[in-house]
Amino acid sequence: MRVKAISRILALVVPVLLSLNSHAFAVSGKEEAPVRESVTAAAPAAPATVATSAAAPAAEGEEKPGDVIMHHILDNSTFAFEPFGEIHLPHLSVGGYDISITKHVVMIWLASAILLVVASAAGASVKKLSARQAPKGIANVIEALVDFIRVDVAKSNIGQGYEKFLPFLLSVFFFILVCNLLGLIPYGATATGNVNVTLTLSIFTFFITQVAAFKAHGVKGYLQHLTAGTHWSLWIIMVPIEIIGQFTKPFALTVRLFANMTAGHIIILSLIFISFILKSYIVAMAVSVPFAIFIYLLELFVAFLQAFVFTMLSALFIGLATAHEGGHDEHALEGAHH
Amino acid sequence: MLTSGIILLEGGLLNPNPGLIFWTAITFAIVLLILKKTAWGPIVSMLEEREKGIQSAIDRAHSAKDEAESILKKNRELLSRADAEADRLIREGKEYADKVRSELTEKAQIESQKMIAAAKDEIEQEKRRALEVLRNEVADLAVRGAEKIIRATLDAEKQKVVVDDMIKELAASRN
Repeated sequence: MRVKAISRILALVVPVLLSLNSHAFAVSGKEEAPVRESVTAAAPAAPATVATSAAAPAAEGEEKPGDVIMHHILDNSTFAFEPFGEIHLPHLSVGGYDISITKHVVMIWLASAILLVVASAAGASVKKLSARQAPKGIANVIEALVDFIRVDVAKSNIGQGYEKFLPFLLSVFFFILVCNLLGLIPYGATATGNVNVTLTLSIFTFFITQVAAFKAHGVKGYLQHLTAGTHWSLWIIMVPIEIIGQFTKPFALTVRLFANMTAGHIIILSLIFISFILKSYIVAMAVSVPFAIFIYLLELFVAFLQAFVFTMLSALFIGLATAHEGGHDEHALEGAHH
Repeated sequence: MLTSGIILLEGGLLNPNPGLIFWTAITFAIVLLILKKTAWGPIVSMLEEREKGIQSAIDRAHSAKDEAESILKKNRELLSRADAEADRLIREGKEYADKVRSELTEKAQIESQKMIAAAKDEIEQEKRRALEVLRNEVADLAVRGAEKIIRATLDAEKQKVVVDDMIKELAASRN
C-alpha cells in the first residue's frame, strides 16, 4: 500500500519538476502574463474527447486555456461537434427580449424529452400493472426513485399534505438529475451549471413555498410568521430579517446547484489542460487522465447528490413554511386561526 | 490558476440571460404538467395502493395470528377439561367396580353360608330320619331275633321289654 502511494506521489511530482525548466513555469510564475501556448502542438496526443473539443478553438494558436474552459462551461449559440463541424442555433427575439435557442436550451429540451419518454413509459407500464404483479424494467428504476422521494424526502420533511407537492418535487428531482447526467456525456453541456437555469428552478420552489405558506396560515398568519413571534418592539429588526430569509433560501438553492455543477466541469477541464500547459505526455498519463476520470466518477455521484439536495431542501422549505410551529409561536398562530 | 480565476469572473458565469430563464420556466412547467398526468399520478397512486395493500395484509396476518392463538388456547382448555373428565370417569368406574365386586362377594358369601346351613339342616334331618329308620329296623330285627330266642325259651313280651330298654339306653348315650 505505502509503496504504491509513494510511487503515485512520485508520478505526480516528477513530471512537474521535469517541466519546471520549460517556459511553462515562467508563464505560471508571472501570473498576469497570458498563457500563450499553442495548444495545437499537443493536440494530437489529446487523451480525452473533452480535450479534443477543447483544443480546436485554439487553432488560431492564441487561445488561453481559461477561455477554452469557459467556452465549455458557458452558454452559447453554437453546438460544436468538434471533428464533424458545428450547428448554429437560431436567434430569436420577442419584444426586444433575446430568447435565442442556446446550447443550454437545447440541453434542457433534450433532458425534458428523455424524461418525458422514460417517465411516461414507466407511468404507462405501472398503469397496466395489477396489484398482484411486481413491476419490472424501467418502471422499477423510476418507481424506486419515486418512492425514495415520496417517503424520505416529501413525507419526512413536509408531513401532512405532502401529496400536493409531490409532482413538483419529483419533476424537479428528475429534471435536475437528467440535466446533470447529460452534462457528463461528451458533446453535452450542463444546463444545471448555468445560473439562469438553477435560478428559474429555485424561483419555482420560492413561489410554491410562498403559496403553501399563505394557504397553510392565511394572510394574517403569514404576516405573523414574518415577525417570528417576537415582541413588537423587535419587529423593526425581525421583519426585514425574516423577509430577507425568504429570499436567501432560493438563493442558496440557486448557487449550490450551479456552483457544484460548474466546479466539477472546471476541475475536469483544468486537469486535462495541465498536460497542455506543461506540454508533457507524462503529466497527461500520470495526472490529467487518472484525475479527470476520478473527478468524472465523482461528478456522476454529484449529479445524483445535487438533484437530491435540491429536492430535499425544496421539501424542507415547503415543510418549514407550512408547519404549525411549536413553542412560543404557537399561541400567536392559534390566535390567528381562531 | 489565477488567470483562470480572473477569466471566470470576466467570462460571464453569472450573466443573466432572460431568454434562458424564459425557456427554462416554460420547459419545466410543461414537463411538470405532463409528467404529473402521465407519470407521477399513476406511479404514486400505485405506490400508495401497494402501501395500503401491504398494510392490510400485515393487519390481516396479525388478526389471523391472534385468532389462531385464541383457538389454540381454547383447544388446550378443552383438552385439559377432557383429560379431567376422563380421569374422573375412570376413577368413578373403578369405584363402582370395587363396590360391585365387594357387594357380589358379600352376597356370594351370604348365599354360600345359607346353602351350607341348608345342606347341614338337610343332612341333620336325613340323618335323623335314617336313625329313625335304623332304630325301627334294629328294633324289628331285635324283636324278631328275640322272638326266635323267646320262642325257643321265653315269650315275646318279656324279650321286647328288655330290648326296648336296651335301645333307649343306646339312644340316650348317643344323644
